[in-house]
Parts: sequence; C-alpha cells; structure tokens
Amino acid sequence: MEELDCEPAITWIPGVNSKKKQMCFDWGPGEMLLCETSFSKKVDTSEKVPSCPFIYIVRKDVDVYSQILRKLFNESHGIFIGLQRIEEELTGKSRKAQLVRVSKNYRSVIRACMEEMHQVAIAAKDPASGRQFSSQVSILSAMELIWNLCEILFIEVAPAGPLLLHLLDWVRLHVCEVDSLSADVLGSENPSKHESFWNLVTVLVLQGRLDEARQMLSKEADANPSCASMCRILGDLMRTMPILSPGNTQTLTELELKWQHWREECERHLQDSTFAASPRLEALCKIMLGDEATLLEHKELLSNWYHFLVTRLLYSNPTVKPIDLHFYAQSSLDMFLGGESSPEPLDNILMAAFEFDIHQVIKECSIALSNWWFVAHLTDLLDHCRLLQSHNLYFGSNMREFLLLEYASGLFAHHSLWQLGVDYFDYCPELGRVSLELHIERIPLNTEQKALKVLRICEQRQMTEQVRSICKILAMKAVRNNRLGSALSWSIRAKDAAFATLVSDRFLRDYCERGCFSDLDLIDNLGPAMMLSDRLTFLVYHSAGISPDLLFLKVCL
Amino acid sequence: MFVARSIAADHKDLIHDVSFDFHGRRMATCSSDQSVKVWDKSESGDWHCTASWKTHSGSVWRVTWAHPEFGQVLASCSFDRTAAVWEEIVGESNDKLRGQSHWVKRTTLVDSRTSVTDVKFAPKHMGLMLATCSADGIVRIYEAPDVMNLSQWSLQHEISCKLSCSCISWNPSSSRAHSPMIAVGSDDSSPNAMAKVQIFEYNENTRKYAKAETLMTVTDPVHDIAFAPNLGRSFHILAIATKDVRIFTLKPVRKELTSSGGPTKFEIHIVAQFDNHNSQVWRVSWNITGTVLASSGDDGCVRLWKANYMDNWKCTGILKGNGSPVNGTSQLGNSNPSLSSNTPNLQNSLHGSSAGRYFFPPLDSPRAGSRWSSCAQLLPPPAPLVEHSCDADSANLQYPHPRRGDRSRPLNPLPENEGV
Repeated sequence: MEELDCEPAITWIPGVNSKKKQMCFDWGPGEMLLCETSFSKKVDTSEKVPSCPFIYIVRKDVDVYSQILRKLFNESHGIFIGLQRIEEELTGKSRKAQLVRVSKNYRSVIRACMEEMHQVAIAAKDPASGRQFSSQVSILSAMELIWNLCEILFIEVAPAGPLLLHLLDWVRLHVCEVDSLSADVLGSENPSKHESFWNLVTVLVLQGRLDEARQMLSKEADANPSCASMCRILGDLMRTMPILSPGNTQTLTELELKWQHWREECERHLQDSTFAASPRLEALCKIMLGDEATLLEHKELLSNWYHFLVTRLLYSNPTVKPIDLHFYAQSSLDMFLGGESSPEPLDNILMAAFEFDIHQVIKECSIALSNWWFVAHLTDLLDHCRLLQSHNLYFGSNMREFLLLEYASGLFAHHSLWQLGVDYFDYCPELGRVSLELHIERIPLNTEQKALKVLRICEQRQMTEQVRSICKILAMKAVRNNRLGSALSWSIRAKDAAFATLVSDRFLRDYCERGCFSDLDLIDNLGPAMMLSDRLTFLVYHSAGISPDLLFLKVCL
Repeated sequence: MFVARSIAADHKDLIHDVSFDFHGRRMATCSSDQSVKVWDKSESGDWHCTASWKTHSGSVWRVTWAHPEFGQVLASCSFDRTAAVWEEIVGESNDKLRGQSHWVKRTTLVDSRTSVTDVKFAPKHMGLMLATCSADGIVRIYEAPDVMNLSQWSLQHEISCKLSCSCISWNPSSSRAHSPMIAVGSDDSSPNAMAKVQIFEYNENTRKYAKAETLMTVTDPVHDIAFAPNLGRSFHILAIATKDVRIFTLKPVRKELTSSGGPTKFEIHIVAQFDNHNSQVWRVSWNITGTVLASSGDDGCVRLWKANYMDNWKCTGILKGNGSPVNGTSQLGNSNPSLSSNTPNLQNSLHGSSAGRYFFPPLDSPRAGSRWSSCAQLLPPPAPLVEHSCDADSANLQYPHPRRGDRSRPLNPLPENEGV
C-alpha cells in the first residue's frame, strides 16, 4: 500500500497566538487540556497577563456525543456480540447465509438511524442545524451504500449472473428518486403529457425496470395513437429481454445466447429505422443496446458513475464475472467524469471495492470518515468471512483488533457508552484485556451504583488489581469524609488488611473520644471478613461487648 | 479533535502547567502568579474553580496529582527552590455550599539549592513516593511511609546527575520483571555536557539507584521526557523533547549476559524522530494507553503522533492557535455537552477530525466544494464560521445521498422493501 505524507488535520484553538506563544497540555482519560504558555522564558520575571485567558478542553470522537447515533452504537453493539458468539456455530453452507443476515442487520440499523436523523433534520428550527443534520443523513446513506456493495461482493460473493441482479437492486435502492418521480407522473391527470414523463420512462429503462417502463409506454400509446405501434414494438422488446431471474434453471451460456439473439433483434429495428419518427423511443432502444454515447446523454438521470456502470453492464454484459468488474468500473468512472472533475473519496472507496481490494476499502473509509464505528464493524464482519490476512501490528495483532480497540477506546470517553466498550475489548484477544484494565480504572466513580457496576465488570474478568485499586480509592474517599463504616467495607472488599487496620484504629479512636461506636450494625455483620486484620477482629469483638481479656486470649491463640 | 470547552483561567500571570487528575474530573493549574488553582467538573460538565491559593514565593513550574488511592493530593515545584505537597481537607458545610474546598500544605521539600524544575509522583505500586529535579543537577526521591500522615516525608535518595536537570519521568510499568526506573533530562546548554538523558534503575541489593544508561545520541538540551504506559510489552518506550521529538525503545538485555548485580543493560533504538515543530520541542506526554504521543513546540503547535500498522510513526493531528481574538465568554457550548454535539468549534469544519489519517495517511485532503469530503465528519460541529456549500437553498429539504452535481432533488422516501 502506497503511503503518501500529507498534512494531518488541524484543530484550531481560538485566542492562542501560535506565532508568539506556545501551549502546555495534559492528557485526560477522554480529553486533553490545553493552555497558552511561554516556555522560552524560564527566568522568574513577571510577564504581562497572558493574552489568551482560557484553558481549553479538547476531545476527539465527536460522534460519541450525538444522541441519535447512540442508537446506532447500542444496536450495532448487540449485532456485534451476537456475531462473536455464533462464530463457532457458523459452519458449512449456512455460514454464508448467516453472515449475509448479519450484514443486513447492520445495514438496517444504519437505515433506521438515517430515518431518525432525517426526521430531526426536517423538524430543525434553524436552517443551519437542519443543513447539518441532512448532511449527516447523506453520510449515513453513503455508509450504507458502501456497506451494501461490500455485502454483495465480499460476503454474498455473488457469481456471474446473480451479480448483476444484486447490483441492480443496489442501484435501485440507492438512487431512488424514481419512486417520487413515478408518483408525481402517475398521479397527474395526463401522465404521458407530464413534463417529466419521458424522464421517468428513461430512468425506468436505465434501472432495468422494464415492466414498469412498458406500462408507461402503453399510456403514451393510448394518448398518442400515431406512435402506438412504435410503442408496442418497443414494449415487446422490453418484455422479451432475457434476464436471469432467481430460481431460473437455465445456465449462463443459454442465457447469453438468448440475450444475443434479442440484441440482434433490437439492432435490426434500429437499422430499419423503426423508431425514426420518435427520437425518444429510438434513444430508449439505443439504451437497451447499451450504447454508451446515448447513456452518457442521460448523465443527469443516471446521476453517478456507478449507476452508469450497472446500466452499462445490464445492457452490454449481463453475465459479467466479478473479476472483470473493475475494468468496467474504471472505464465507467472515466467516461462519466469525462475529465471534468476528479474522483472524490466515495468514488475511490467504491472503486476499491470493485477491485476487490478489501484493505484499500478499509483504508479509504478510515480516512474519509471521522468515526471508527463503520470500519471497526465492517472489518470485524469481513474478518469473520475469513477475508483479511493478518498484518502484524505493534499494538493489536491484526487490523480487525486495531480498529476495534480504537472504537472501544472512543466509547470510554462517554459517561455511559463505556459499557459497550467493555464488550468490544473482550473480543480483542491480544490487547483487549490490558486496554480494558487501563480504561476502566479511569472511570469516574461519582455514584455508588456506578462503582458497583465497574467493580462487577472487573470481578467477572478476574481483574483483581483493578478491583483492589478501585476499592482502595473509595475507601480513602470515605475516610476523608469520615464515613468510617463505608471505608471499612470498601477496604474489606479491597482485601486490604493494612487499610482495614487503619480504619479500625480510627473507629477505636472514635470510641475512646465519644464512648460509642458508629456503624455498629456494619461491624456486627462483617462475618468472616473480620479476620482480615487483627485490629479489625479486635474491633468487632470489642463492639460486641466481649471482654478485652477474652479477646486477648483469642488473639494470642 | 474539537474544542469542547473553554474555561476562563483567571490567573494573574503566565500559566506554566495544567494537569488533569486520574479520572479527568479535576484539574490543577499553576502560574507565575505563584498560585495553584484547582478546578472541578460538575455533573453537567461545567468546570468551576474550587480552590485558589498561593503556593510558593516564586513562579510555580509544575503541578501534579498523586494517584487517588492516596486521597486528594497535589505536588508543586517552584523557582523558589522548593517543592510542596498539598492535601485537600474536607471542609465545613459552608465551604461545600459555596463550592469551595480547602487545601493545606503537608510538607515543604527544601533540600534543593536552585530552582526545582520538575516533580513527579512514582507509580502507585511503589507507595506514596515522589521525585524532584533541580537546576543544581540533583534528583531527589522522597517517600511518605504513612499514607494517613502526609506531613512525614523522608528523603530516600539523592541522585547526582552532574548537569542541570529539567525533567524526570518514572517508568509506569508495574511488572515484577522491571525494577523501578526513572529517566532524567538535562537542558544544560554547554557543549561539553554529554549526558543529556540518563536512566537510573533501583537495585534491590544495594537499595540504591544506579545509572543504567545514558542516551549518547541526544546531545541537545532536553526539555521534557516521558515513558509510555506499558501495554504488556517486554521493552520500554521513552519520548524526548529536545530540538525535535524523539522516540526510543529500550529492550532489556537478558540478565545472564550482564554482570550480575549490576543495573540492567538495554538495547536502545530510535524509532522516530520528528522535526515538524521546526524548533525546540518543550513538552512530550503520552495518552493513558500509551498509543498516542503529544508534543508541544516553539512553533506554537501541539502535535499528536501515532504508530500505524507498519510501526511507522506519523503525525495524526495538529492543535494550533489561530490568534483570533477571544470575546471573553467562558464555557463555550451548551449545558449538555455530553449529550449534544452543539459545541462550537470555529474552524474545524474545514478539516474534519478524520480518525484514520494516521492509520492510513490520506491521499487527498478534503477540497472545498466537494460535498462528500466537506461533510466527512459524521457529525460536523455546528455553526462553523466558514460555511461550506452544503446546498440546501431550496425550500424543500433535500435528502441526497452523496453524489456529484448540485441539482437539488425532491425528498427521497425510504423504500419499504430492501430489495436484496
């Protein structure tokens, strides 16, 4: 993979004058602190008040903070876990079907998120945020477009024949102004007189929806008897075009033969000038012959090069083999752009997919998207399809793990999404555990409930050092706030005998000062835990009123 | 990256250091105004100054938090030749209501004869211990044997570095296989001074720190030094801030091959060297997993470095001041920063915070007018100053998926069946 050096992304810090001053900084668990300073003058001379009076908190992983994407993260988490768990059961023929189903699940989650964001975009009060939401819908749509193509090529692994059908569906799903156009035209009084009528018919032909196109033509035939016979002939051609339908038992060779004959018939009509009286109908016939010049005249209706590609294939090479795709893809891209513009990142991603260069697809997606969500989940799925060779990484033994670690680390920046991150770390065999250890001890323990949740997670994974450390932190906090009972129970849970002794000392000191014990019921109910430290044992017995002499004997024996 | 919050610092003079606590919910700043301020993050994400007090009689160079296992403890060091340890006292209920907390000095460490340039707590498994270094060339290691009584600190070790010291770093590795280790950097500018980076290791037998290595290839003044957190590696990674950014690996040579009882010998390799700052590099620091290094230089930028899958280190982000005047409002962003994305980042829309730039260096930077790339951030920050042509001038909301051309299309209803 070629690597070019480019300027990395710049984040601007307002108010700091980088020409004159520098910045000091510190890392936090999910954020970074930044502040203007001046390093060069270490001598203790008084400087004027700093020009930038602010301290900044900087974050990455913007998307983690979006409400709507929350659902995407949550639901895809469920799909991810499900996939990891059924791995062993995925065998034989059903394996592929299962993996395709997982892929479709991911895609439906993306679509659901798109739908929701679209609603928010419509409801947005100010145009600026409405614009932003709709551009995000646009990005989600692109993600689904890419994922869908990857599903067809890499997971479904559609062979020649079905490949084209899948690609047709793909295009129809993603370039679907057709439906609204169709509603417009059909809903009008005189459909064939509608200004968009011919656009509609053309688009239907471009998308291979010949039955619908034929129906449109019959409306035109009714309204315009002079071209009724031409419409009928063209309609017949549309009806008789051989196409592979699912469940069809004919072989590819048979299909191709029939298709060639059909093509010759179309060609004959053109040469006989059957449609000469109607340039529009003639153009449709040319489209059905895959005439590139005619197709390119309808760039606006095609709207992008991959639609052009699929239409080309439909009408000039319907039995195209997967390995030949990239030739057509590259030439389609070149022809469609016509040298007027250069490929955009989305184009590069799709092209890499047509070239079956999975690593390039992942690389381009990683660059183009700001969030690890997409590449992490897609790569994981492709890994389950056994499609990724493992490259040795410094941290993370392969690309899949690297991306999952990045994604999971990003989740830990969020006050509740971190719980999802735990599961992702669990499925990273090399560095997942140690990464989880480092992240989980940084989670702020604002409430007892959160602390218990964190502890449960650590205990389930036998992360004894983290358990000890967290309990110690809580015990210390309790001592500082003079909540001795709480301190005692935390230090017992930490199995920290030394600290339990310390706390017991405090209890006893309290007793000496006040003449009574606080937290008596806690001390009474310690059970075997009271053996953690001698002082603690002493405390328990003393508080229960057992004479010190008896206890002394007990301790000595 | 994006600016999530800005907080009015309110120091009366230059700030020299900022420091997050372990959980990222408190921070400390120190300044030439001789004071330290402590800030707390509330549930809603706002930061409030909960303490501000005079700590020294000279500029305060560094401030650092102890591990929360030891409670709420800070250490500071200053031009006034001292370092100090502070502990937060849980205050009266009045204080709590006013949102103020109270810090008391537990000890002053006065052994240095010159400005104390750095102070760092040791890894928690070593107990409550800290190291200071001074312009007098001595690294001092202190320990508080009783964590409940922070006024008792004893000087355990004095390590003579022979050169004016500017920075220290403890090796955070808590593995039993590694003895405690500390790296010291010197900013001595005399050309004869050779040992600008020295590494000392604790010897269990002699109970002393002995020099293990000198990085001979570092000959320019060193301003900062940082061991990376260890993700289970058998070797160490050390970052140096000098006239450029340098990253070294130190692989321990097997003990049998060296004279027994002596300090570990290391195989030292330089794995990266960057002069992108075009000038002196003043600070280096690792993120909590040791996967990203940040550096700050004379060019006024903070740069982020990460190794890609080929183990090549690259710059993956730059934080830079644009010098634009700030209008004095603090707490940019709305009241719910953790839930919404509505935090203004004035110019980040032009350069999306692309996650993959360092993993896979980009072939192309986003171009203006390219609708896909200008919206490449899944959630671009709102209200950018420079508006991109996400053309939505038409009254009906367009709902395009990214493609060429600027024709607005009618609303695209989602199809009911998936089709595939």
